[in-house]
Amino acid sequence: MHQSTQSELETKGLVFDIKKYAIHDGPGIRSTVFFKGCPLQCLWCHNPESWKAHIEIGLREGRCLGCGQCVEACPHEAVSLVENRPVTDVEKCVLCGRCVDVCLAGARQIIGREMAVNEVMAEVGRDVIFYDQSGGGGTFSGGEPLMQPDFLLALLNQCRALNIHTAVDTSCYAEPEIAESVAERADLFLCDLKHINNEMHERFTGVGNKLILENIRRISQADNKIVIRIPIIPGFNDNPENIEATGKFAASLTGVGRIDILPFNRGGMEKSARLMDEIKSMRIETPDEEQMSSIAQNLSKYVFEVNIGG
Amino acid sequence: MNERVEKLRKESVETRPYISTERAELITDFYQSDIPQRESVAVCRALSFRHLMENKTICINDGELIVGERGPAPKATPTYPELCCHSMEDLHILDSRERTPFVVSQEVRNIYSERIIPFWTGKTLREKLFASMEEKWHQAFNAGVFTEFMEQRAPGHAILDDKIYRKGMLQFKHEIAENRRNLDYFNDPRAYEKDQEYQAMDICADAVITFAQRHAEKAIQLAQQQTDPVRRGELERIAEVCSHVPANAPRNFREALQSYWFVHLSVITELNTWDSFNPGRLDQHLLPFYEKGRQEGNLTDEQAIELLQCFWIKFNNQPAPPKVGVTEEQSGTYTDFALINIGGVKPADGSDAVNDISYMMLDVVEEMRLIQPSSCIQVSMRNPDRFLKRACEVIRTGFGQPSVFNTDVIIKEMLQDGKNMTDARTGGPSGCVTISSFGKESCTLTGYINWPKIFELACNDGVDPNSGEQVGPRTGDARKFDSNRQLMDAYRQQLEYFIDLKIKGNNIIERLYANYMPAPFMSIMMDDCIASGLDYHNGGARYNPTYIQGVGIGTLTDALAAVKYHVFDEQNISMDELLKAMQADFEGYEHLQQKLLYNTPKYGNDDDYADGIAEEVFNVYYDLLNGRPNTKGGKYRVNLLPTTVHIYFGSVIGALPNGRKAGETVSEGISPTQGADTKGPTAVFKSAARIDHARTGGTLLNMKFNPQVLAGEGIEKLLHLIRSYFKLDGHHVQFNVIDAEMLRKAQQNPERHRDLIVRVAGYSDYFVDVGRDLQNEIITRTEQQSL
Repeated sequence: MHQSTQSELETKGLVFDIKKYAIHDGPGIRSTVFFKGCPLQCLWCHNPESWKAHIEIGLREGRCLGCGQCVEACPHEAVSLVENRPVTDVEKCVLCGRCVDVCLAGARQIIGREMAVNEVMAEVGRDVIFYDQSGGGGTFSGGEPLMQPDFLLALLNQCRALNIHTAVDTSCYAEPEIAESVAERADLFLCDLKHINNEMHERFTGVGNKLILENIRRISQADNKIVIRIPIIPGFNDNPENIEATGKFAASLTGVGRIDILPFNRGGMEKSARLMDEIKSMRIETPDEEQMSSIAQNLSKYVFEVNIGG
Repeated sequence: MNERVEKLRKESVETRPYISTERAELITDFYQSDIPQRESVAVCRALSFRHLMENKTICINDGELIVGERGPAPKATPTYPELCCHSMEDLHILDSRERTPFVVSQEVRNIYSERIIPFWTGKTLREKLFASMEEKWHQAFNAGVFTEFMEQRAPGHAILDDKIYRKGMLQFKHEIAENRRNLDYFNDPRAYEKDQEYQAMDICADAVITFAQRHAEKAIQLAQQQTDPVRRGELERIAEVCSHVPANAPRNFREALQSYWFVHLSVITELNTWDSFNPGRLDQHLLPFYEKGRQEGNLTDEQAIELLQCFWIKFNNQPAPPKVGVTEEQSGTYTDFALINIGGVKPADGSDAVNDISYMMLDVVEEMRLIQPSSCIQVSMRNPDRFLKRACEVIRTGFGQPSVFNTDVIIKEMLQDGKNMTDARTGGPSGCVTISSFGKESCTLTGYINWPKIFELACNDGVDPNSGEQVGPRTGDARKFDSNRQLMDAYRQQLEYFIDLKIKGNNIIERLYANYMPAPFMSIMMDDCIASGLDYHNGGARYNPTYIQGVGIGTLTDALAAVKYHVFDEQNISMDELLKAMQADFEGYEHLQQKLLYNTPKYGNDDDYADGIAEEVFNVYYDLLNGRPNTKGGKYRVNLLPTTVHIYFGSVIGALPNGRKAGETVSEGISPTQGADTKGPTAVFKSAARIDHARTGGTLLNMKFNPQVLAGEGIEKLLHLIRSYFKLDGHHVQFNVIDAEMLRKAQQNPERHRDLIVRVAGYSDYFVDVGRDLQNEIITRTEQQSL
C-alpha cells in the first residue's frame, strides 16, 4: 500500500469547485474535483471559468443588483459600473476579495481556491458511504487535471490508500510521461475526443490532437479502463466521416468499453458572462434527439456500448 | 385504467368538496333526545354512532364495485359539532377562500344558524378544552409557541392490522361478550366502567353490520330497477358482499377490500380522528386472498387492479373535514392522511414482505395519481433493489408519492419504545411520518412546538417581541451573556417551561377525551381494548405514546450557529448589534444580514460546526421530553415533522440571527432552512443523519429534484442515495420533483431558492445561477417532460 508522505499531503493545487453527488462523471455517486487551468480553449466550453490557471474575480449576473457597493469597496479602484454592471480592470485588481465581502447579493465571487491535498481529501472523504453503496468515488476534472500533475498524482495516491475509486476526466493534452504516470494510478479515464482531424481540432480548441491521440493510446496500453467522450457540436464534429473515424480509432484500442456522446448545450455561454474577459464562444444550436441517436447508432458499430448524455 | 375506473376517477377529481349537514343534524337529534341523560357516556356515544349508521344516507354510485361514503355522496363532507362547531363566519370563509374551498349552500347555512350552532354552543369539546387550560397556556398558545391538535379533531393516528381479514364483527361481538361475562366485580374496581365499555362496543359492532346490510338492501333495490343486465349482476354481487362483510371474515379479495372500507367509514364517522384511518400493510393483508383467487381461477390480475383502483377512488371521495376558527389566509388540505404502506418485512420472521400486490399497488399509485390515499414504501435491507427501483420510477413521475421509509430504523425505534419484536415489525408510518404498531397502538400527536420562537424568547428574556408580553420565564438579558453556553442554557430553560406547560395541558385533554369522547368502535379494532375493557382514549391500547412534534431544527440550528460563530467565536458582531438588527428586521443592517446569510455555517451542508449544534438541539429536546408519563400508561416521545405549520410558526417570529426576516417561514421537518443547503443531496443526508433517528418516532425530510436529474441512470443513483441515507439510520425521505411553476417562482425570487439544482445538460447547476435564457429553456424542458 502507498505510504503517504507529509509533503504529499501538503501538495497544493488550484481548484475551482468540488461538487458532491456528481452522477454524470463516472460510475455511481461521486465527488468531482474541478481543477483550474486548461491548455485547450474549446469554443463551446461550458466551464470557461476553468481556463485560467490563476484565481479570478467573477460575477453571477443573475444575482447582481447593480448597487455599486463593489465599486466603493475596491481599494485599488479596479471596479467600475458599466450599464449598471460592475466591470473589473484586470490590471488593477489584486484579488483581495473586498468586493466579494461587501456584495449583498452574493453576486461577486472569487473563482478558484488554492487547496492542499489533505483539504481536498477531507472533502472527498466525507461521502465514502455513498461511494461504497453505489460503486462511486472521486473524479478529477477541470480545467485539465493533467496540468497539475503533482497535485493530481498525490490525490490519486491518497484515494488509492483509502480505497476510493478514481476517475480522471481529461482532454489528454499533456506530456506523454505525465499521462503515463497518471495512467498507473487512476482506475478510470474519461477521455474527451473532440475531433479526429488535427487541423479541425486546432481550429476549434486552439491545439492539435496528435498528442491527445498518442496519450489515449498509451493510457489504453497501460490496461486502463477508458470511456471516450465526444461533445457533439453541430457543424464541427457531427459529420459521419468524423464519427466513423473516431469509432475506428476507439475500436483500435484495447481498453475502450464505452463511448459517451454529449449533446452541446448553451450552459457555457451563459456562464461566460460571469467572467471578466469576453470569451469568444460560438452561437450553435443544441443537436436534437434524432441526430444524437443516429450518431449513437453509427458509433455502436465500433464499440460495445454507446451512451447519450453520460 | 378501464372505462369504469376512468369515469369514477373523473367524477371524484372533478366534484367540488362541499359541506353536508347530515351528520351534524343526526347527532344533534340524538343529543336533543333524553338518551344522554339515561345512559353512561360510553353507551351514549355508542348509541349516537348507531343512530348515525342506521339513518345516514346510503350511497351507491353508478359503476362502483366498492361501495360506501362518509357523507351522503362523494365529496360531501360531514361535520362533528360535538367536537367543535363551525361558526357562520367559518362557513363563509370555507365557501369563499381561494385555496381548498368547500361549497356551503344556503340551506346548510340556514341549518347551522337555526339548529346546529344554537344547540352546540357551550357544549362542544373544544370549548371544554379551552376552558380547562390555564392562563399561561393560553398566552403561549396565542403567541404561537405551540399548537393543540385536539381542539379540532379527536386523537387518532390509528392504523389497522390484519384482524379484520381473519375475523368478522360477529366474532368480535363474541369476544366482547365473553370478556364481559368474565368481569370480576369482587376484585376489579373498574368492572362496571368496563361493563359499560363492552356494552358500547357491542352496540357499535351491530351498528356497523346494520350499515353494511343497508348497502346490501340498497344494492338489491337498485338491481331491481336496473335494465342493463351486466350492471344488474354487479349490483347483486355488491349485495352479496355487503351481506357477508364485515359481519363475517372476508372470503375473497373483493370482500377484503369492502370489509376494510366499511371499517374505515365507521371509524371516521364515529369521530373525526386525526389522520382518518388507514389499512396499514395492505399488500401483506391482501396477498392470501389474491393467491387464493388466482388458484381457484376466479380472480385475474385485471380484476385485482380494477378493484384496487376502485378502492383508491373511495379514499379520494372523502376530503378531510375542514377546521373551525379558520381565517382568510389560512389554507387547509383535502388530504386526510391515510398512508398505505407497501413493502417492508413480515412481522413473524422479519423476512422480505414485498410481493406481487406490492408491485401492483405501485402501478396503481402511478396510474391513479390521486392525492388520496397517500402511499409510502417501507424499505429494509432485506427488500430487493428492484422494488425500490420501481418505486423510484413512480417518484420520478413527480407527484410526491410514494414517500420512502427505512424499515430497519423503524424497528429500532419501536424496540427503543419497549415493543416486542413482532409488534415492532407489524407497524410502520402513518399520517406523514410517525410510526406505530398497527392495530395495537394509540399514538397521539398533540401539537407542534415552535423551537425558533422559543429561541427568540430566550434572546429577549422571555418577552415576546410581537406583543411585548412576558410569555416565557425570565432567563436573563442576552446582551450580558458572555458565552454561547449561557444562551443555550437560556434556550433550554425556556423550552423546559413550555414543555411542562404543554404536558400539563395534554394530561388534562387526554382525560377530557377519555371521559367525554370515548370511541368504542375504534376500540374494537385496537388490541388490547377488548381484553382490557378500556377505551382507546383511556389507555385500552397495548401501546400509548404521546408525541409533541418539534419544528424548525434547521432554522434554530442556523440561528444558534450564527450567534456562536459571529458573536462568541469570531467576535465580529456584538450581541447588542445583532439584537438591534433583529429588532429592525435588518432594515439598515443589510450588510450584517448578508454576512449572516452567506458567511455563516448552516445546517444541511455536512458541516460539523452547524451539524454539531443540530445534534445538541435535538438532544436537549429529547432529554426534556422523552419518557415523561402521560395519563394512559404511556410515555411522551419525540418526533420531528411540521405538515404545513412551519408557515404559521414563521409568521409569529421576528427576524432571527441566521438572516431570516420577520414572518418568513421556518424550516420544515428536519430539512435545512430553505435555500441554506448548497452542497447537494449527499450533504443534506449527512447533516440529517446527525440526529439520532432511532430515538424518535419519526422525522420528515423533503428533497427536491429536477426531473432531468432522475432521467436514465439517475434512477439508479437515486436508489443508492436512499440506501446510503438508510445505512445512516435515516427514517424517511420524500422527493418533490420540481415542476415548471416552481422554477418560475425561483426565477422571480432567487434568494429563496438557492438550493434548487437543475440538470443543464452534461452537468447540473444551481438554477438561480444560470442565465435567464437558459432558465427559460429549462422551464420549457421541464414542462415538456412532465407532460
